[in-house]
Amino acid sequence: MDFTFTEDQLLFQESVRDFLVNEVTAERIRARWDSESGRDQALWQQLAELGLTGMTVPEECGGLGLSSVDFILLAQECGYVALPEPLLENVLVAVPTLIDIADAGLNAQWLPKIAAGEARVAVGVDANPFVEDADAADLLLLQYGEELHAVPTTETSLTRNPSVDPSRRLFRVDWQPSSVSCVASGESAAGLIEMMVNRGALAAAAQALGLAQRMIDLAVAYTSERQQFGQPIGSFQAVKHHMADIAVRLDYARAPVYRAAWSVAHGLDTASRDVSHAKLVACEAADLAAQHTIQVHGAMGYTWEVDLHIFMKKAWALNSAWGDAGLHKQRVGDAIFGDARSIGAGGTFP
Amino acid sequence: MELNFTSEQQAFRQQVRQWLAAHVPAEPLASFDTAAGFQQHRDWEATLNKGRWGMVTWPEDLGGRGCDLIEWLIFEEEYWRAGAPLRVNQNGIFLLGPTLMEYGTDAQKAEILPKMATGEEVWAQGWSEPGAGSDMAAIRSRADLSEDGSHYVINGQKTWSTRAVWADQCFGMFRTDPESKRHRGLTFILVPLNLEGITVRPIPQLDGLPGFAEIFFDNVKVPVERRLGGEGEGWQVAMATAGFERGLMLRSPARFQETARRLVQLYRDNRESADRDPAIRDRVLRAYMDAESYCLTTYQTASRLMAGGKIGAESSTNKIFWSELDRNMHATAMSILGARAELLPHAPDAEGVGTWLDGWLFSQSGPIYAGTNEIQRNIIAERMLGMPRV
Ligand SMILES: Cc1cc2nc3c(=O)[nH]c(=O)nc-3n(C[C@H](O)[C@H](O)[C@H](O)COP(=O)(O)OP(=O)(O)OC[C@H]3O[C@@H](n4cnc5c(N)ncnc54)[C@H](O)[C@@H]3O)c2cc1C
Repeated sequence: MDFTFTEDQLLFQESVRDFLVNEVTAERIRARWDSESGRDQALWQQLAELGLTGMTVPEECGGLGLSSVDFILLAQECGYVALPEPLLENVLVAVPTLIDIADAGLNAQWLPKIAAGEARVAVGVDANPFVEDADAADLLLLQYGEELHAVPTTETSLTRNPSVDPSRRLFRVDWQPSSVSCVASGESAAGLIEMMVNRGALAAAAQALGLAQRMIDLAVAYTSERQQFGQPIGSFQAVKHHMADIAVRLDYARAPVYRAAWSVAHGLDTASRDVSHAKLVACEAADLAAQHTIQVHGAMGYTWEVDLHIFMKKAWALNSAWGDAGLHKQRVGDAIFGDARSIGAGGTFP
Repeated sequence: MELNFTSEQQAFRQQVRQWLAAHVPAEPLASFDTAAGFQQHRDWEATLNKGRWGMVTWPEDLGGRGCDLIEWLIFEEEYWRAGAPLRVNQNGIFLLGPTLMEYGTDAQKAEILPKMATGEEVWAQGWSEPGAGSDMAAIRSRADLSEDGSHYVINGQKTWSTRAVWADQCFGMFRTDPESKRHRGLTFILVPLNLEGITVRPIPQLDGLPGFAEIFFDNVKVPVERRLGGEGEGWQVAMATAGFERGLMLRSPARFQETARRLVQLYRDNRESADRDPAIRDRVLRAYMDAESYCLTTYQTASRLMAGGKIGAESSTNKIFWSELDRNMHATAMSILGARAELLPHAPDAEGVGTWLDGWLFSQSGPIYAGTNEIQRNIIAERMLGMPRV
């Protein structure tokens, strides 16, 4: 039993954080919003050069062969900068799903290209119906009832659905399933789809942790500067307690996310319960952070100009992406109210 | 990261489980806020000590097992699962004991620890005074060093001292430098409660039982050897007592996980009436998740400490998290019990109400004791987040 990350994992987190904080600035995100394509190809190349796009791709396909535990701290850092590129959808969702599908042809065709940053895969399931960055993907992994399909993007028709978060490029995908595109059906598809939801929700949860931390940092900086009644507003106790409330929820949302990463990486049969728990508490922490940090910014927080909304809006969007609270509460409820899995003291680690 | 127990840890769990199965009293003991219950709990401490299960984290030569924090968490899980009695000497074992090991002289350790271990001496805490609650640095009770330097003469009053009605000893802080202000000039002193000049006056708590006491000191002579740490260094010693590992020990996750488990069971047993209020299912889910989050986070912290990490202001988020969780869980149970919730356990129609009402009453105190949650929020904002002080 050791609930710590390795020295290597922590160092990697630090270097990725430094990179992201320097490169993925609010100005760059805003420039992307205003650009024609709505994306930042140069950034994707940088991510690929750092080896990030290939982290979960097996070594024989040109990747690093790492697990969701290795990547979870990086996912958190992606949230901290509100990374607009679909790195997590590729690394934490699409690649592991391809590996799980275990179609040699599919894997040989796509995994090396993903690792090299030359191809992207996007994912659409009923629990997450709007496909993020589908227009930039070469291949789509799509749920069709009780089947899973792999469809080249060129064979689909995409309709953009603008989101409150301008960084999120969401699409409705219209397409025709065929026996050629079907990669799994029946029970095996159901299992794959459940794991896709788990992986997507895990990525969302990790990002929510980073987003909450970023909103705290922005609000602490702002309330230390801004003066009213002759003193920094951050010295008022009502403001302090708003911030402390976020810190409490965030402090206790981290370990559930890391545990969920472990459960997913090891294919535990508690993975769905653990991911749903993590998604719920992490998104609630981020949601509370949004609520309290806009409040302590006053009218400044209600503007387009101040950067807070970049993070706040992503947090709102993630609340219901990859399964809304209803879905995740249902899954936790099924685990603890349905079968009599042993909960209580001593029941946390199987 | 390795979230499985080693085979040694599993074997340790089995060992604890077997011993507890053979020794935990079949009938729950009476409340330790009654004279009879206090004695029963004292006897239980002796039983634990005989099996060497009283202070598992203490070193072996002091009757402990030298357990690390993970083993301690396993022990606690088994302890709460088994429904074993509350620890009447928790102030001694979990708070003063470790502080003595750090700051005490050899003579103090030899005199105090063995009797603490057997339950022969039960300890109360004496921090709060009528004028010093949240503002502990406002302590006014005085301890004046005698001219020959052999003893202190204590005058003043402590209050809200838990279990002091039947306790044998009390540790706390006294002002040794009458000119001093605030945190300076305070000294940590260990006071036998049977000394001449001490009057202990019981204060009934919310449940009507005398769980608190006021302690009055009227020219009480305490040998200087009963000082822990240096004169005027009381604040540092006291902060060590309140430190996180100790805080962690006082409120281990197992306690709340067992409450969450009982709550899930209560909900399952009363589904039909409970589901008329759609919020209840959500509150039960939340209880499970928060208790689980508390456990996971504690394992994470324990792992980090074992790897040489240091504890920071998270002891403040910890205090808020468990105390609010505990209150929420009991509030939910009260909602599920509906009209029966208010019935005392011995009421003729109280079938199925269990101990929820008692727990509900006690859960009101969590956000108050051990530093109120408002004070903890101040600490989080200022020390953890770095927000400006006034
Ligand atoms: C069950 C229980 C057991 C206890 N056991 C012991 C014991 O064994 N030994 C012992 O010495 N003491 C004990 N105490 C006392 C406990 O330590 C105090 O109750 C606590 O420190 C608060 O002090 P107070 O009661 O004087 O409240 P006050 O300090 O008067 O506070 C009242 C209210 O004002 C708020 N407040 C005060 N200052 C601030 C501030 N700066 N900012 C914001 N809000 C503020 C508080 O948060 C609280 O809500 C116990 C208390 C309880 C409830």
